Amino acid sequence: MVITGAEIVIRCLQEEKVDYLFGYPGGAVLYIYDELFKQDKVRHVLVRHEQAAIHAADGYARSTEKVGVALVTSGPGATNAVTGIATAYCDSIPLVIISGQVPSAAIGQDAFQEVDTVGITRPCVKHNFLVRDVRDIAETIKKAFYLAKTGRPGPVLVDIPKDITAQKCEFAYPETVSMRSYNPVVKGHHGQIKKALQLLLEAKRPMVYAGGGVVLGDAADKLTALVRKLGFPCTNTLMGLGAYPATDRQFVGMLGMHGNYEANMGMHYCDVLLAVGARFDDRVIGNPAHFSSEPRKIIHIDIDPSSISKRVKVDVPIVGDVGEVLGELLALLDNTAEKPEPQSLGVWWKQIEEWRRRDCLKFNQGEEGLIKPQFVVQKLWEVTGGDAFVTSDVGQHQMWAAQYYKFDKPRRWVNSGGLGTMGFGLPAAMGVQLAHPGSPVACITGEGSIQMNIQELSTCKQFRLPIKVILLNNGFLGMVRQWQELFHGNRYSESYMDALPDFSRLAEAYGHVGIKVDKPGDVEGALREAFKQKNDLVFMDFQVDPTENVYPMVKGGQGLTDMILSAEDL
Amino acid sequence: MTSLLRPPPKSSPELDANWLRELLVIQKNTNMRHVISLLIENEAGALSRVSGLFSARGYNIESLTVAPTEDTSLSRMTIVTSGSDDVVEQITKQLNKLVEVVKVVDLSESAHIERELMLVKVRATGKDREEMKRMAEIFRGRIIDVTDASYVIELTGTQAKLDSFVGAIDSGLILETVRSGICGIGRGDRVLKV
Ligand SMILES: Cc1cc2nc3c(=O)[nH]c(=O)nc-3n(C[C@H](O)[C@H](O)[C@H](O)COP(=O)(O)OP(=O)(O)OC[C@H]3O[C@@H](n4cnc5c(N)ncnc54)[C@H](O)[C@@H]3O)c2cc1C
Ligand SMILES: Cc1ncc(C[n+]2csc(CCOP(=O)(O)OP(=O)(O)O)c2C)c(N)n1
Repeated sequence: MVITGAEIVIRCLQEEKVDYLFGYPGGAVLYIYDELFKQDKVRHVLVRHEQAAIHAADGYARSTEKVGVALVTSGPGATNAVTGIATAYCDSIPLVIISGQVPSAAIGQDAFQEVDTVGITRPCVKHNFLVRDVRDIAETIKKAFYLAKTGRPGPVLVDIPKDITAQKCEFAYPETVSMRSYNPVVKGHHGQIKKALQLLLEAKRPMVYAGGGVVLGDAADKLTALVRKLGFPCTNTLMGLGAYPATDRQFVGMLGMHGNYEANMGMHYCDVLLAVGARFDDRVIGNPAHFSSEPRKIIHIDIDPSSISKRVKVDVPIVGDVGEVLGELLALLDNTAEKPEPQSLGVWWKQIEEWRRRDCLKFNQGEEGLIKPQFVVQKLWEVTGGDAFVTSDVGQHQMWAAQYYKFDKPRRWVNSGGLGTMGFGLPAAMGVQLAHPGSPVACITGEGSIQMNIQELSTCKQFRLPIKVILLNNGFLGMVRQWQELFHGNRYSESYMDALPDFSRLAEAYGHVGIKVDKPGDVEGALREAFKQKNDLVFMDFQVDPTENVYPMVKGGQGLTDMILSAEDL
Repeated sequence: MTSLLRPPPKSSPELDANWLRELLVIQKNTNMRHVISLLIENEAGALSRVSGLFSARGYNIESLTVAPTEDTSLSRMTIVTSGSDDVVEQITKQLNKLVEVVKVVDLSESAHIERELMLVKVRATGKDREEMKRMAEIFRGRIIDVTDASYVIELTGTQAKLDSFVGAIDSGLILETVRSGICGIGRGDRVLKV
């Protein structure tokens, strides 16, 4: 059957079993919107800003195993989407973004709402396409989905000129894709895996360091099985939280700039390090020279060869999918009588327990006085039984969320780690809530971040998304203020948030429930009340201690073991 | 228990300096010249993906040449770059990661041939006219355009040969030069093909 390009686009999305499409209309995508109108398989979620469309698709993808999909118009629609696309790119999130473009003949003429979308997005997508012929639409979209979710995932953009969506051709969705130039390695090298196992079995002070790749590769079960079988300590990056159950005794917490004492010390002093789907980020290992000053053997499993030996030289590189490689390691381990040597492992664990006794996350919540932000997150964890989906924005509240909400399952923690995009939290929560109707979804945010996409409260109303917004309102761009306190002599240049709205009333104006909480004794009750409201978005404005800082902290450029554990260390 | 471990090394100015130095080395490293050859899908925008990669990551490009191959669906590029082994390893990995790149080799890892084409327009009047002709012959160049005041000399060879030709003639007589950048190919059995 001969159909229009616009209908082909929609048929492709149906073929890919897309249930939600996040978008915003405009001239260049009118034919596509017209086709959307005529069907009901792909549901469109109208956001209030294109950045939010991408974050929502992103939240949807992070909390499921699926690809998130968004649709924007040409020019400003596409440029508004760029921050969202870059956010997904930095955290390797599979997205397909369809953007409208001016008609083919107008390209290059400085036409109305023309920008070089493919050029602008090139450095922040896994790949992008400009469709030049209606006959290429189906194959291009097929490729886009395939590229987005295979290998190291990432956003893929398809730019389609308006005239092409109006032209007609025969539609057939390709069953398979093959690209001679793109063949990601999935299975790890058997010899390397054997070598890795040998090293692990001989380790005296082992450490497992797992990152976002384990979540992206849906290999949390295998990682957990392997770590338990070996009896090793395990740490997660910010992106890896939930890859290993946080309440398990073998878990030593998050590592890095705001990581746990025991995790950072363990990372530094281990003699064999198993790095799984983690990329030795500068916020994770601190000063690389300091990190390398302690000799250790490193095994690194990653699907992207360019992640390996980029910042830290590794001894046993294994290129492949985490699930495949961990599966093979487990099978090898099952077939050998060898076990890690219990005595040295015991000594190592004693050391780790000693570090753990420093209790680096302790804080003091008085019965009176100001609410401590950490206390709110801890109560949130208790009230939700540790089983909520939690999104966050960027800043101090993000770190407290990561430290005090103990994620036992993957894909529950949704945050922007690589780009650190303020404004991510609320729209991401929309995607999460749509993907998991009926599940509790909390968005932990700051009064700076929430105002970057607060207009989405309107989308939440329209689509009846009962998100619980947990605003840790400290009246400051807290993370900036913390750095100014520590490194710029308390000169709080432009980090005070003046003229703040009354958030609970603002939420009410959008048609939601708003609560303001300013006493420690009211925190738990307010949270319990909020999570009982299954159909309403509840916006909780917690007035928290404005002077609180995030500890532990490793200052930029310093070694992992140089931690400021609390204000007393300053 | 802690005796098991060495005392935690505090970051010192010295370590910091090392770190900085390392960073600088990575950014600025110019110690080794590499000739990288690659096959890429012959599609619009492919070249900008490669050049964008180099500028975004701060890699050097000394020259870059590109043209379709006998199979017109593919283009072949030769990129001359420089960097430490680590940097060049990242360059080849990042190039391989580009979705449209089919194959990448570092030609300078083994025996290979490099050639570059140069066209030089020189002033050729009076006694210089004979001299220029002689120089072109010495360097096995060809004069491919003649007017009563100028020659265009075509010269092919390694970068070094072209450099020495430019060095050998009187710089005051050079009106214009244009160089193609390097094309490279492996010697013997080494073949870059899909
Ligand atoms: C304010 C702020 C503070 C921060 N502080 C910290 C901190 O204290 N600690 C911390 O850890 N981070 C922190 N971060 C986050 C940090 O910037 C990085 O985003 C994060 O550390 C990277 O996590 P990762 O190494 O797990 O890599 P990711 O970015 O999650 O990358 C995943 C890796 O896995 C690979 N991969 C993907 N899929 C697969 C697969 N199927 N098989 C195998 N490999 C795969 C990818 O190639 C990639 O190398 C902070 C961020 C912000 C904004
Ligand atoms: C879009 C964007 N702009 C600027 C920054 C720099 N930045 C990082 S954290 C932060 C402060 C965040 O303040 P708030 O949302 O109130 O959270 P808090 O740190 O107070 O918890 C800023 C400005 C950023 N990460 N993203």
